[in-house]
Amino acid sequence: MLGIVLKLRRFGLVAISALALLQASAHAQLTIEITGAGTNRIPVAIADFGGEASAARVITSVVRGDLERSGLFKMIDPGAAVMTEASAPVYEEWKSRGADALAAGSIGESTDGRREARFRLYDVTKQSVLGGSAFVTSKPMLRAAGHRIADMIYEKLTGEPGIFSTRVAYVIKAGAARYELHISDADGQNAQVALISKEPIISPSWSPEGGRLAYVSFENKKPVVYVHSLASGKRIVVANFKGSNSAPAWSPDGRKLAVVLSKDGGSQIFTVNADGSGVQRLTTANAINTEPNFSPDGQFVYFTSDRGGSPQIYRIAAGGGDAQRVSFEGSYNVTPRLSPDGKSMAFISRRDGSFRLSIMDLASRQVQILTDSHKDESPTFSPNGRMILIATEVGGRGVLSAVSIDGRIKQRLSIAAGDVREPAWGPLNK
Amino acid sequence: MKQLLIPAALALVMAACSSTPESSDAAAGAPVESRGGGSSVTTVTTGGVETGRLPAVLTDPKSILSRRSVYFDYDSYEVKAEYKDLVTAHAKFLTENRQFKVLIQGNTDERGSREYNLALGQKRADAIRKMLALLGAREEQLESVSLGEEKPKNEGHGEAAWAENRRGDMLYNGEF
Repeated sequence: MLGIVLKLRRFGLVAISALALLQASAHAQLTIEITGAGTNRIPVAIADFGGEASAARVITSVVRGDLERSGLFKMIDPGAAVMTEASAPVYEEWKSRGADALAAGSIGESTDGRREARFRLYDVTKQSVLGGSAFVTSKPMLRAAGHRIADMIYEKLTGEPGIFSTRVAYVIKAGAARYELHISDADGQNAQVALISKEPIISPSWSPEGGRLAYVSFENKKPVVYVHSLASGKRIVVANFKGSNSAPAWSPDGRKLAVVLSKDGGSQIFTVNADGSGVQRLTTANAINTEPNFSPDGQFVYFTSDRGGSPQIYRIAAGGGDAQRVSFEGSYNVTPRLSPDGKSMAFISRRDGSFRLSIMDLASRQVQILTDSHKDESPTFSPNGRMILIATEVGGRGVLSAVSIDGRIKQRLSIAAGDVREPAWGPLNK
Repeated sequence: MKQLLIPAALALVMAACSSTPESSDAAAGAPVESRGGGSSVTTVTTGGVETGRLPAVLTDPKSILSRRSVYFDYDSYEVKAEYKDLVTAHAKFLTENRQFKVLIQGNTDERGSREYNLALGQKRADAIRKMLALLGAREEQLESVSLGEEKPKNEGHGEAAWAENRRGDMLYNGEF
């Protein structure tokens, strides 16, 4: 199962932006390693796109890389021939190569003189067109165009939305007194730095519309919760009460955050409006109550509490009330994160002294342990619910690992420059 | 000429204002690459905290008050008997010097969830705060917070390192 180890490096061809200064430096780029793949992968061929050669190469390699890394596709060698969306595919030839699906396309000029990426997807078995699209792009946006094409192919072939155009946030500890909050594309490329601080940054959480991040910063020698608008860099303090302020989690409608405050003594969960107003206490038990996470329908808040003697997962109605215990197996179950469909819950469970990513089917309470690592933490679902990104440790260094919900596909995202931790997967790019 | 100078001077003043610390949150960078859909990111650099000067009695290595750390046992959140004299000395100083404030930072070892450890560190800081208050310090002189596992004193990964990191530290005004 841990067959292919495929190291995809930075594609070198991309001229991302003239404002390269604020891009994360090249050595701070995440590299992705696949350490497992699904069974029953769909064989798909992505022909070399036509049009301007260097631009076409970027798009073709992004599409292939995205689909390959998902672990759901088997990439069929398309040969060296260029094929555009206008070429008529010779289905028999693609069938003999073993492809079930085929995509071809080009990069050209739109009618108003701008660049346009076009592609078409074919069902080789049925000998029919599955779909296609054309959209305006630009040189710095070529990778983004490739991700969008990969998303469309993924959705057509699997029936689920693709997540290649989404973004992830994570924290890099780049030195003893240097912490950076990065935002990169889901493939680890195009990393941009949102915040640089001498003090730790933890618990980033994306607003549902994807424009803001809530997080905990220790820049004032204590934990304070901020909401940071990514495009403008404008930050507002959402919770800075006496004591500790931490663990922000957005409500699904983006109007409120659940936060943990120690202002009344102990660690209690409160809700607060996204502008910092309207603080209301949610939990009352005289115990630790932390790591809140809203269910996708907004009805419940799942959280970690030691009210029963050991840290376990509970849930409480978002309007308050009695808490119900959710986790029972083992003596340490923490960090609940609900899947986008609300049917399962990722969490971290201590088993034989190791902290492992686990998933619970909420209807049957069945638990599956998804990794064999020792120091998993901070799980975050991909917005299509297919993968879970976690922080873990390999060789004493912090890395990120994306694990499919059946545990079969594993990708490792590491960085040469330092420890990577605290991942948060952003919402679908609408 | 004069009419021309005034707007120019105004523009200069406004430019100067835009780089004062009030707007430092948004400083340090113009928006990066526009990717449409509001997905560009502007870099922000946080400010530091000024460290002031403290009376010698708090910093002189011969003074008990120069000691600021209370160590805890594994999975324990009680101040051990061996730290009673230390906490009592700080409580006495705070009682006699009401203008001083203390920030108590709780810490944990690295094992387990960051946010859960933050809550455990809070329990340690709260234990020290409650003891200082019992011994005469006023609540308004005290703030207990947690750094969880984020600021280990010892970066190692064994029991010796972990023991050093299960700790509460007392910082006086100017030190935080």
